[in-house]
Amino acid sequence: MTDRRPKVVGFCCERHGMDAAVLAARSGRQYDASVRVIQVPCSGRVDGLHILKAFEDGADAVFVIGCLEKNCYYDTGSIEGRKRVEYVKGMLAELGIEKERVEMFNAASTNAWAFPEAASKMVEVAKRLGPLDMGGDTR
Amino acid sequence: MIVAKRKPMNEIAEMVAPYKNITVIGCRSCVAICLAGGEKEVKMAASALKVKNRKEHRDQQFETLVVERQCEKEWVKEVEDKILGADVVLSMACSLGAQTIADMYPEKTVFPGLNTGFLGVPEEQGVWSEKCVGCGDCIIHLTGGICPVARCAKSMMNGPCGGSSNGHCEVNLDIECAWYAIHERLKLQKRLDLIEKVMPPKDWSTGHYGGRRTYVREDARLKQHQKKGKEAVQ
Repeated sequence: MTDRRPKVVGFCCERHGMDAAVLAARSGRQYDASVRVIQVPCSGRVDGLHILKAFEDGADAVFVIGCLEKNCYYDTGSIEGRKRVEYVKGMLAELGIEKERVEMFNAASTNAWAFPEAASKMVEVAKRLGPLDMGGDTR
Repeated sequence: MIVAKRKPMNEIAEMVAPYKNITVIGCRSCVAICLAGGEKEVKMAASALKVKNRKEHRDQQFETLVVERQCEKEWVKEVEDKILGADVVLSMACSLGAQTIADMYPEKTVFPGLNTGFLGVPEEQGVWSEKCVGCGDCIIHLTGGICPVARCAKSMMNGPCGGSSNGHCEVNLDIECAWYAIHERLKLQKRLDLIEKVMPPKDWSTGHYGGRRTYVREDARLKQHQKKGKEAVQ
């Protein structure tokens, strides 16, 4: 645990992911100010390189939030997004970096709780593991 | 094409750990097609190493670039300054690319970022399979276009072994029995008589077992004065 505010980056698909975030805001649900949201056309557009760049540039945890897998606006975008996340998890694990620092979430635009829940979970992970450049956990 | 696979990142990180300036060079040919050492993979490997460095407070500089074909000297020559300016070169091409750089600049340390696998083809997106071992004496005109040397686990030359079962190989049931496939293919082509043709023991000396191979085409070679002229142009 550390007092430093964690840096969490959330890649949010502009369809259900972003709609869920907007609905959360409209319904007065809050999420941690540590989360920086990056809107992308589709979670399938998120490349492993985008996730790694976020870590490289200071993120302690990264998440991708896309449509529900069977209700994706672009059919298979969120499935592709999950595959990229899994690949990066593998790369981080090989380097001895906690793979929990990156996660994929799915949301429907009507789930007002989905975005704040994902954001809180990742902030919690970042706090628990500590800042990446402070060594984090050694697992 | 040559099919390769990225080495585990921890292995790469360990190799480059003592060096400060690292040039990561990919290749736009085979290894880009098998998603191991193209532009994106080069950038991802460098980025992952930077993330590790961020965690461990290590200061390393990475230069990433990709050449058209790393196994050809002309293309490597184009990035000579980046190679000479680095403490170490991490080649994200097949072993041929890495060895080309190592042979051209023997004073430079070159590390392989990939494990070179086999001569194969892309079966579908994300799947590559071995189809040739480069034995130097192709016989697929007798086997319906299917190579028993590469595709049979035992490189049987005259029909399947006793382990063939329902068209699958005993070594791994996910692998199709090459000789079953050859039989089906020849049947389709109405050339089944070929299956009865007895092949003599294979001469392996044309393959790697006969030592390192070099092919020369005298008509294509440059004379000494032509070489000098080419060098002068360069």
